[in-house]
Amino acid sequence: MKRFAHLIKTLDSTNKTNTKVAALASYFENAPDEDKVWTIAILSHRRPPRPVNTTLLRTWASELANIPLWLFEESYHIVGDLAETIALVIPTSTEHSEKSLTQFLQEMIALKKQSEDQKQYYLHENWKTLNYYERFVFTKLITGGFRIGVSQKLMTKALSKAVNIDEDILAYKLMGNWDPNTIPFHDLVIQEKATDFLSKPYPFYLAYAIEDSISDLGNVQDWYVEHKWDGIRAQVIVRENEIFVWSRGEELVTDKYPEFQEFLHVLPNGTVLDGEILPFPDGKIGTFNDLQTRIGRKTVSKALLKKTPVVLKAYDLLEWEGEDIRNHPFSERRALLEDLYQNINHLEPVEGFMNKTPLLLSQKISFTSWDDVAKERERSREVSSEGLMLKRKDAPYLVGRKKGNWWKWKVDPLTIDAVLTYAMRGHGRRSNLFTDYTFGLWNKDKTELVTFAKAYSGLTDAEFKKIDTFIKANTLERFGPVRSVTAELVFEIAFEGIAISKRHKSGIATRFPRILRWRQDKKIDEANTLEDLKALIPNTSSE
Amino acid sequence: MKKPLLEFTNKGIYCAAANVYLDPWKPVDKAIITHGHSDHSRWGHKQYITHHTNIPIIKHRLGDINVSGRAYGEIFSINNVKFSFHPAGHIVGSSQIRVEHKGEVWVFTGDYKIEDDSISVPFEPVQCHTFITECTFGLPAFKWIPQQEVMSDINEWWAQNQSEGKTSVLFGYSLGKAQRLIQHLDPSIGKIYTHGAVENMNEVIRTIVDLPTTTLITNQTKKEELSGNIIIAPPSVHGGTWIKKMVPYVTASASGWMAFRGARRRRAIDKGFVLSDHCDWEGLLSAIRETGASKIISTHGYTDIFSRYLREIGYDARTEKTQYEGELSEIETEKGSEVIK
Repeated sequence: MKRFAHLIKTLDSTNKTNTKVAALASYFENAPDEDKVWTIAILSHRRPPRPVNTTLLRTWASELANIPLWLFEESYHIVGDLAETIALVIPTSTEHSEKSLTQFLQEMIALKKQSEDQKQYYLHENWKTLNYYERFVFTKLITGGFRIGVSQKLMTKALSKAVNIDEDILAYKLMGNWDPNTIPFHDLVIQEKATDFLSKPYPFYLAYAIEDSISDLGNVQDWYVEHKWDGIRAQVIVRENEIFVWSRGEELVTDKYPEFQEFLHVLPNGTVLDGEILPFPDGKIGTFNDLQTRIGRKTVSKALLKKTPVVLKAYDLLEWEGEDIRNHPFSERRALLEDLYQNINHLEPVEGFMNKTPLLLSQKISFTSWDDVAKERERSREVSSEGLMLKRKDAPYLVGRKKGNWWKWKVDPLTIDAVLTYAMRGHGRRSNLFTDYTFGLWNKDKTELVTFAKAYSGLTDAEFKKIDTFIKANTLERFGPVRSVTAELVFEIAFEGIAISKRHKSGIATRFPRILRWRQDKKIDEANTLEDLKALIPNTSSE
Repeated sequence: MKKPLLEFTNKGIYCAAANVYLDPWKPVDKAIITHGHSDHSRWGHKQYITHHTNIPIIKHRLGDINVSGRAYGEIFSINNVKFSFHPAGHIVGSSQIRVEHKGEVWVFTGDYKIEDDSISVPFEPVQCHTFITECTFGLPAFKWIPQQEVMSDINEWWAQNQSEGKTSVLFGYSLGKAQRLIQHLDPSIGKIYTHGAVENMNEVIRTIVDLPTTTLITNQTKKEELSGNIIIAPPSVHGGTWIKKMVPYVTASASGWMAFRGARRRRAIDKGFVLSDHCDWEGLLSAIRETGASKIISTHGYTDIFSRYLREIGYDARTEKTQYEGELSEIETEKGSEVIK
């Protein structure tokens, strides 16, 4: 654990990418193999399930620190990180722990099944024997979410340096389903085995948002244009009569979408599709809000399947007849995909399955002028898309976010002026600052502000600082970490989509709300009403 | 009801019996001053009384003011109210103020710490009935490690940067923290350079205590001569153009706030050293115990939380609003701390 804690401390003590890569590479060169596997797992979000819930962690930590629970909670709200708070309030002893990272993780896996007393004993013993930073890392491993400015990409880069294997190949090896508790380092990183790749998806190619004028992209005829769908990016893999569905977060989600079992009957072995999982209630594309009812459910009820079925809107073909065709030009891959789609639609429905394959093709549109592309973009909301994707016809399918061949060109967000009503302290680098805000819109007669959205991003540090000062001086009431504040500040809130929702007090759900700017020029009676918001709900045309 | 010995008014802490203010934030006739930081010694009072070692410090900041000095423990009476200064251990020249009238004793700490930093006169607990305390770091999450350990970490960091051919830039408030750092840096590692704001303060502090040799960075200072050495600068230069010419450099900040990872990350500083001129949680509680006071008034910091805890453990504790900032000014830049109302 000392070596791992030291690594985390080093990573946490620098803002420089090169220093981080060097520290990780040196760790990967020197650490024991089993610790390396766990480190890769942790930095790629493959932690063991949380063995103890946070309520118990708080209670036991405040006991050991000999402070009342309310004081622990207050400290937590200010520190902004649970593991850090626990590490800070518990006194450091002179004892030492020589256990390895792997040992700790194996103990945590075993801990999940143990009694509450055993859990409490285990935590107290380890909190007491670890030094401050080890205690922080240990508790982080339990609570999860190691956000220390190390992306999976950065970790892969460092690993690539240490083992001298190409970064893209490593990214591919590290994808998918592997168990850090059983897989040896050699098997995971070094060895090449064909069967390992049965379920493996390809690293997703991601687009950057377009920065300059689109006419800078050159000849419009070199590009295919598609709508940008607002669902879950996914790869559907059919190999050796098995189907695997991977989300972009590298999560295997096959079981969440039983509709896709149908693909086994229509897609030949050795096929990998890249596309978007979209909700499809009443035979047309639904809102992201509809999809929310499916995300997070491992088992899906028949009623839900019927109410909110999903489809895959396919836009690319990455593997065909068992061959990785990512290096082929997009126009070629697209042609193969379209042939495949045509063939499927001519097949008869299979007995006992949905009578229609849940597969749609993301239409590619060719244009003769950029002006027409711009006009098409204006139509996005009508067809339930969030804008356009521009893909170069002759481009290969690359790994990760790369500039040049793919661009996303989203529609301008919807905006509304709302009033700041509640605030909470932020986390991480915003700890101890009030940066998490709730916004309200006026009811019909402008007598009451109705909460409609929360937003955390979009302001500069200097603005956050000013608003933090305002909140501290204008607090009306405190509800634990939340403060209600005098209605006085108006903000322009931007969001990507909007839909009717029964789960929201306002009756409306907004997609990805964020602060566009602080309207210091506006008084609160100039803020918008809930009716204004409702008027933004588009009339969508079905496909 | 009897008027309290000290009241909290919109100008500052007021002693009606003597008609004087302690560390007032609006101009008054007569002000008794704890120490030289700008939130405690403000401009515009007609008469200042402070510990004599604080005189050169506040004169440097406030110019030609009407100020008289007293020694620690020396009692001076104003309208039969007895006042005296006692060491606060916060920075050079810092004091607590003891106020006694008709058998009742109040102590106002200004800012203080109980660890001996071996540059300011160490804190001395003063028996009193009512103790007015700061609680900048009044949360159990704040636990300082001894100065010796922090300074050896800092020296190690400096030596490490030097071995990598980099210049170390260490941020600390120009008055107090900077001199404390300079005093404990290991001169065998290399030369100590300073920013002008720090060097101006060094000159003033050298009239009171000895400091190791420092070199002011000027337009003539060559980048090459800085390499491997350490620069002590105020936090406000971070991110500005002044620091740009030090490349390649590594930054660190020495402040109590560095106890929080978020605070360091927010400021995009490479390394944070937890070193404060204020008390940590245990320090505050032990200081309070040693005064024997039963009434505790918290003036700045996490006052609500701290007072609530004190009430739970049996004190008659409350919070009063003041305009003192504690250590905040050590890490925030000037423009960041502007108030919008």
